[in-house]
Amino acid sequence: MLTRRTALGLMAALPFATSRAWAQARLSYDLVPRQLADGVWMVEGAIDYFSMQNGGAIVNITLLQGQTGLILIDSGPSRRYGEALVGLARGLDIRGISAVVNTHHHPDHFFGNQVFDGTPIHALGETRQAALTEGEGFADNMYRLLGDWMRGTEVVPPSDVIPGGDLMIDGRAFLAMPLGGHTVADLALLDRETGALVTGDLVFYDRAPTTPSADLNRWNASLDALEGEKAALVIPGHGPADPTGAAIQQTRDYLGWLEQALRTGARQGMDMVELIEAPLPERFADMGAQPQEYHRSVSHLFPAIELEELPRGN
Amino acid sequence: MYIRSALTALLILAGGGAFALDDPQTPLQDPMKTGMWDYHQKGLLGDPADIRFDDRVVLRAPEAAEDSLNVPLVVDATAIPDVKRIVVSADYGPIPHILTYYPEEAQPKLALRFKIDQATAIRASVETHAGTWHVGSIYIDAAGGGCTAPSHAYASDDWEEHLGEIHGRLWAAAGRARVIVDHPMDTGLADGIPVFIINDLALQSEDGTSLARIELREPVNEDPAFTFYFAEGALPASVQVVGRDNNGNRIRGHLTDGELN
Repeated sequence: MLTRRTALGLMAALPFATSRAWAQARLSYDLVPRQLADGVWMVEGAIDYFSMQNGGAIVNITLLQGQTGLILIDSGPSRRYGEALVGLARGLDIRGISAVVNTHHHPDHFFGNQVFDGTPIHALGETRQAALTEGEGFADNMYRLLGDWMRGTEVVPPSDVIPGGDLMIDGRAFLAMPLGGHTVADLALLDRETGALVTGDLVFYDRAPTTPSADLNRWNASLDALEGEKAALVIPGHGPADPTGAAIQQTRDYLGWLEQALRTGARQGMDMVELIEAPLPERFADMGAQPQEYHRSVSHLFPAIELEELPRGN
Repeated sequence: MYIRSALTALLILAGGGAFALDDPQTPLQDPMKTGMWDYHQKGLLGDPADIRFDDRVVLRAPEAAEDSLNVPLVVDATAIPDVKRIVVSADYGPIPHILTYYPEEAQPKLALRFKIDQATAIRASVETHAGTWHVGSIYIDAAGGGCTAPSHAYASDDWEEHLGEIHGRLWAAAGRARVIVDHPMDTGLADGIPVFIINDLALQSEDGTSLARIELREPVNEDPAFTFYFAEGALPASVQVVGRDNNGNRIRGHLTDGELN
């Protein structure tokens, strides 16, 4: 199959392609770090779905001061994004990035990895495994959605498997929480020095949670564990940083409503199109990436929920 | 000179004739402009004379297929009187024909799921008992690959134990019947896996009277899931589900309006 990815590769191989004006059009990420606490910065992503306009810069990136440079949590959706992070980091610490962490294996969180070849890239073991098995499929879809923004991006899975518990990364102390539910393995990191909790995509804030790899029961249990830390500051995977704890509650509220809506629909004999056409409750309709994420969630979750809800006929 | 002119005239006739042979007898202006509709109008529908695109045939689906293996679709031809059958098809795809629905005692409306191989126009071609055809369209964007991927069933080693399992029930007051049949629905396009699909699936009253039936083709999703729509109160308290796959396995079950388990 001629995917957009292979087509871009073919075009790059043509000698005249570089002389074309469109090939020279610069696609650049305008990344701005914002200091949240002493030695903690965040690059806040757009609260939309992937688009040619945002180049996939929809994810929150966290940078923390380590002993020999900056610790980068999640690396963004593309090689070009990773390169932008390198430049941004040198503005904060001339030594640049000394260690990388991937919270989970979704492409917007680890496709910048190739830029950090030679730097340790930490993740949970199941995250590394999932990146190996699902990474290429994600790449095909990201090239399809983002086109030239993705040029040159290769899938580089995390290199260093870390366990849960107390952990030092480049001289900085963290509590590593090996959780899951948004994906097969979701790592949350509590920064011991500032009390900031980097949740990855276990928490979304004013941006609809995504569910392509979700296990809702496990996700809820993970939210309980995060809430139990009573963190001074929650840095969600998508949406603004939150000092109040409201982000965790909002994520729980949305996931609870979503499951209930799908189960009720199944018990009324609804099919997916009928559910997709139903209006969202007001408190969720204004979240970023709605109603698209709700539509996607119906596709991800409804077939299995329906089999649980409908009685056997033989 | 005369001979040469005659030959030229013959060539022109033959050339023109060849083009005319490719056209359907009633050429239509395709609102989707896929370049494929003429071909399907002849091959799939048998080149009917009395055919038109008709906005009364409504297709409802998401704009983009999130899961290429499970694309939901509702086909609604309730605004067309006297419907005999509905042919549901994709313009682009290795196997264009998805299914044919014979509503019989049901309303000419069906909810289904199917596998999509690439972004494509989807058609519902409605034939009335009088032999007129009415065609509706919708466009669905997709990353693709749905038809050429192996079914998920083989990821588990107990798929045979679940083969033919039925989930579903009736909502007689609302005139709604929903049925899901456990089946791999292998398209034959994945390497080394032959075609293995349900061919026929029908709802019958308990005395065997046919209420509605579907002829399924390869693009129907794994574990086919359908909603049938009847007039309010028209459904009996229970109906039989009767079907057969291309390996001769029989599908048998009952749907009732009972409370949920």
